[in-house]
Amino acid sequence: MKIALLSGKGGTGKTFVSVNMAFVAEKAMYIDCDVEEPNGHLFLNPQIEAVEEVKVAMPKIDHEKCTGCRKCVEFCRFNALAYVNNAVKVFEDVCHSCGGCMLVCPENAIVEKDKTIGKIEKGRSGEVSVKTGILNMGEASGVPIVKQLIENVSIEEELSIIDAPPGSACIVMEAIKDVDYCVLVAEPTIFGTQNLSMVHELVKLFDIPYGVVLNKCLDDENPAEKYCEENEIHVIGKVMYSHDLALLSSQGEIVSRVDSSYYAKFKTMLERIFEEVHHGTTSRA
Amino acid sequence: MGQLLVLSGKGGTGKTTVASALIQLSKVKLFADCDVDAPNLDLVMHQTVDPIITDYSGLPKAFIHEEQCIECGQCQSQCRFDAISHDQVKKTYVVDLNACEGCGVCELVCPVGAVHLEPIVDGHLQLYKSERVFSTAQLKMGSGTSGMLVTKVKRQMLEQGVESEWAIIDGSPGIGCPVIASISGVDYVLIVAEPSLSGISDMERIVTTASRFGVKTFICVNKFDVNIEYTDKIEAYAKAKGLDFVGRIPYDSQAVKVINQGKTIVEIDCASGRAVQGIYENIKKVIDNGGNL
Repeated sequence: MKIALLSGKGGTGKTFVSVNMAFVAEKAMYIDCDVEEPNGHLFLNPQIEAVEEVKVAMPKIDHEKCTGCRKCVEFCRFNALAYVNNAVKVFEDVCHSCGGCMLVCPENAIVEKDKTIGKIEKGRSGEVSVKTGILNMGEASGVPIVKQLIENVSIEEELSIIDAPPGSACIVMEAIKDVDYCVLVAEPTIFGTQNLSMVHELVKLFDIPYGVVLNKCLDDENPAEKYCEENEIHVIGKVMYSHDLALLSSQGEIVSRVDSSYYAKFKTMLERIFEEVHHGTTSRA
Repeated sequence: MGQLLVLSGKGGTGKTTVASALIQLSKVKLFADCDVDAPNLDLVMHQTVDPIITDYSGLPKAFIHEEQCIECGQCQSQCRFDAISHDQVKKTYVVDLNACEGCGVCELVCPVGAVHLEPIVDGHLQLYKSERVFSTAQLKMGSGTSGMLVTKVKRQMLEQGVESEWAIIDGSPGIGCPVIASISGVDYVLIVAEPSLSGISDMERIVTTASRFGVKTFICVNKFDVNIEYTDKIEAYAKAKGLDFVGRIPYDSQAVKVINQGKTIVEIDCASGRAVQGIYENIKKVIDNGGNL
């Protein structure tokens, strides 16, 4: 089974909920798809067993063969090629690796070379196997890393917990492709609620079963909770804000490891998800 | 004119809370929300005028005309983005617009000219214009061209002919495309960090990313009292990197209440609001003194 955690807004506690769920699951795979700012490994502290580089193809110009016809420059929609000082120049930062320039070149003067944009670290933390995607700084898009992270994730045998990036852009869609359940993590502010409504639309659009975890709750009125009531969204768990919890989390501690009440809380959430997925009793579009 | 961009690396550290307070305190005439994936600044920046809304289109996307398609499969085999699949019922190939990046390779390789690139709406820009200019936007779900939209949001803010000494821009989390687009052209970056292992790791990544642009960078810590030891570490890190550490904001449950009323934290007397007032003064001091706190 594959469960993805998303939030729209950053910092609502996706990683907090993800690592705790992975910890209480006894046997699970945790996949950090927040490749711009991956943090799950700071909590799980995995023993790294393997590192995979993530590469994309970049055009390489054979200047001997190039006749300066500029067909490649005209073709490139991303403005990644320019003709300067009588030569074609490649701007790798904006290249999308579509391969079009190579196809359009009448002289076969363009070949492709690999460019590393990041890596995937694979490791183990007790019963949790951990995969972390890390985008190199200065790179624009982590989508190829997310693709590589989620391919070959087995569907049946293991529980996979996917920690998605914030927002609802293409990279999030990539991360939640083919998941069985989405957990939307929301904080009790109008900011959190506006962004919860975005990811709510997203999971409805993809027709994925989903539920909400209300995090950082205070005693005051919670606009995110109100949103869930109004839209008949199933709340699978609620975590109150406390200074002690914030301190433990800030130190990279998995609270379920040190506090049995949190262990029980996350265990219950996970059981609710299993039940909903197996019985199809969930809020769904 | 100078532009100050608020960033954080990690999401949810309080970018919008701090940016909105700075906009309120400084009374700047130009401000923008560049977090086009999840914009929030409009919720606390009440506008008396209606926004001018314009459609935003990124790159044109591919469409395959089924009556022309001969099902040769060239488009699918050359597409690097897995955006094309075969529809056996309709006897044609179809494009998944969420996956299509608009590169045009399918159009190039189609032997019968069945593929055309057509613009689609990827989101919309909003412009609130009175004596102040507020530029914001919302990207449609699943769209991949956030960097282009960020650039348009900033341009829309600057092109209204309103003179302002300052512009304040609320940025997006992460270190990727929209962040890089938002840093380009600004004069100062304020990083709102969080005193946690995650927060420090993310702050270091955004500081490194910003430093490539040679932009002067300030750092402040939000919810500093959650972990004072890490707050001290962040301050020491800032000093070691030669960045200006401009203040500490305490965790303040009042802040949540004020935000939920649709106000900025400097509109009532609260601990977090007072702290941001101090940060504002420190930033002003640096800028007025030509770069020294």
